[in-house]
Amino acid sequence: MKEALLVFCVVLFVPAVLRAQTSVEESEARFKALEERVRALEAEVQELRAQRMAAVHLASARNGSLSPQVDSSAIPELVGSPDPVKAADPVRAGDPHDPVAAALSPQVPDTSAVQAQGQPLPNYGGASAASKILNPDISMIGDFIGATGKANVPPALEAIGQGPLPVLQMHESELGLQAIIDPYARGDFFLTFGESGVALEEGYITFTALPGGFVAKGGKFRGDFGKVNTLHNHVLPWIDRPLVTDRLLAGEDGIDDAGLSVTRILPAPKGIFLEGTAQVFRGDSGDVFTSSKRGDASVLGHLRAYRDITDQTNLDLGISYARGHNDLGSAFLTDLYGLDATLRWTPLRRTIYHNFVGRAEFVWSRRDQLPLTQRAFGFFTSGDYRLNRRWTVGGRFDRSGRARAANLIDDGFSGVLTYWPSEFSQVRGQYRFTHFAEGPDGNELLFQFIFVLGAHGAHPF
Amino acid sequence: MKFSQLRRCLCLALLLSSLALGMCAMPAHAAGKLKIVTATSDLAALAQEVGGDRVDVESIAKGYQDPHFVEAKPSYLLKLRQADLLVVVGLQLEIGWLPPLITQSGNSRIQVSGPGYLDASQFAEILEKPTGEVTRAQGDVHPFGNPHYWLDPENGRRVARGIADKLAELRSSDAAYFNQNFDSFSQRLTEASKKWLAEMEAYRGRKVITYHRSWPNFLKYFGLVTMGEIEPRPGIPPTPSHTLDLINMMKREHVSVILVEPYFDPKTPQSIARETGAQAVIMPPSVGGEKEITDYFKLFDYDLGLLIKAFQATK
Repeated sequence: MKEALLVFCVVLFVPAVLRAQTSVEESEARFKALEERVRALEAEVQELRAQRMAAVHLASARNGSLSPQVDSSAIPELVGSPDPVKAADPVRAGDPHDPVAAALSPQVPDTSAVQAQGQPLPNYGGASAASKILNPDISMIGDFIGATGKANVPPALEAIGQGPLPVLQMHESELGLQAIIDPYARGDFFLTFGESGVALEEGYITFTALPGGFVAKGGKFRGDFGKVNTLHNHVLPWIDRPLVTDRLLAGEDGIDDAGLSVTRILPAPKGIFLEGTAQVFRGDSGDVFTSSKRGDASVLGHLRAYRDITDQTNLDLGISYARGHNDLGSAFLTDLYGLDATLRWTPLRRTIYHNFVGRAEFVWSRRDQLPLTQRAFGFFTSGDYRLNRRWTVGGRFDRSGRARAANLIDDGFSGVLTYWPSEFSQVRGQYRFTHFAEGPDGNELLFQFIFVLGAHGAHPF
Repeated sequence: MKFSQLRRCLCLALLLSSLALGMCAMPAHAAGKLKIVTATSDLAALAQEVGGDRVDVESIAKGYQDPHFVEAKPSYLLKLRQADLLVVVGLQLEIGWLPPLITQSGNSRIQVSGPGYLDASQFAEILEKPTGEVTRAQGDVHPFGNPHYWLDPENGRRVARGIADKLAELRSSDAAYFNQNFDSFSQRLTEASKKWLAEMEAYRGRKVITYHRSWPNFLKYFGLVTMGEIEPRPGIPPTPSHTLDLINMMKREHVSVILVEPYFDPKTPQSIARETGAQAVIMPPSVGGEKEITDYFKLFDYDLGLLIKAFQATK
């Protein structure tokens, strides 16, 4: 009986003792974890306190009115507060339902004075990125241009829409909407609001998940003819476009049409990037191509070769060909041949301070018209050098015949100075001299403001 | 040329293009090493740690380059089109250059929704997440938080774990190998962290200023306190009035060290240092920032060496 009682006691108490030992160990571990957590919080609070002190000190230095003593007294002693996390967090500290926070709240300094002196703006309703989930990236880019001096544009050019710039002009407002559509494609839209109305500059779907390394596009987009034709106004290194673009490639509108495009990286010797692009368009691109009937499509091919000469220097070459019907009818064709070259130098340790970009494009145009087919040639060369983080200086030389009158050759040059207050705004001035084939020269001073609202777009290369 | 002729030309051109392109051999990915491309050299270093000799890792940005401003060179497309895995820092650090490269790569694996796209920020502790409205009046802010999170060794551990899991997912036959590499890395990191923290113990609470907000994770981990930045706002160059404010504040607060990333112009930090008696330390925030920084451990060894020297010189 005694033995049975002993066994019963052992069975009853041993687990309890073991449990007690286990719980002691657990408690110790928990205390240690809590201790570490408190230390981490303490460090965080110290950091926040120091940041706030720095902000107030900076503000006081900027304002010159608050003395360091006043600053110090305005900062609550957060480390010793009962709940450092809440004390460090003004939102939680200000919670009227939290007694600890309520007790602390009088000590929390009014930060509005600091904000008024150039610190972060107040929170208007706590808008968050979550409200934008699934919406496309939206950007608006303003392009304001002014012009002064004598343009002396010949009437023949004015008649085809290549007249002088007005003295002041909200030249273009470009609305960009960009998003990934689904796992297989992305969509990009660029609507331009100009003085003559709204236009779809580009709107296309890009299929990014095709087999075989192909990338396909469908919609309205700028054709891959050379470099300048692919660029939107706000990323040009000049206020205007080169003469050869105006005379042979439909100017600002360029080869920009509804069509389909296929691009693929091609095999090439090591270190050389080779890319081929084939595009087919409806056949309406400004005054270059005109589609009189459904079958008057235009085609475009582009081959691009690129090589890094060094880490800092690279060379980008391209050849382009486009063919389509012109405004005289389906029987009249225009052929365009292009050659482009870009040399870039960017010191990688000083990317934001210095770089040089040299560009050249050569275009040959063959246009069927009566009584004689016109064969015109034009080119530009340009160079831009970034002097420092905010200033860039550049120049451009132009020369081009006219698509409809190849014997009339205009030439000119420009000097450009650009100032960047930030990555999202730009002020530019340009002196432009133009020698027209049939008349007096043009001497103009142009200026431009470009300003970007919204989504941060990729920098063009 | 009539339409029928044009159409024939077009068909012929398309046919020739298809043939030429079709002849291009598709990259083989089945059995060889996994090809990893990372946005920055730090992610490359972490991927190399866990991938070992069963991966080929390349970084797009160099360690001495500003990762915000990388040019989207076509030569990067040659790397990306072959990649099995693309690891990005995320939080919009690469927004100015990576998206068009991904789109143009013609590689469906590394598209944002693809199996080979990995945003490392999802694993890390992110600081400075804005809680209110974000506007550009605050400068070029990152609306989802500070993207320089790799400068906290614990985040390095978390990101390495995430990469190891992704590699195991892509190549399940090597999962044990990647896990083993991670365990080894994690153990070495724990030991190294103890050493780093012990070395920095004497300097906890020291005040510094930085050129750009690249260092919050680093400063928090080592118990240092940031008192301001030379940039008045992220991405905005220093202005005379802000510089003067900084100088006055540094004198009052006895701030004796200025941290400068190697891709910023050191003129302003050096002139501030002259005015205040502080030390301007050119401190690389990335692996490869200097020749001797060849892996993730050496990054902290190098930076802490510089920092301790500067603190000792400005007691």
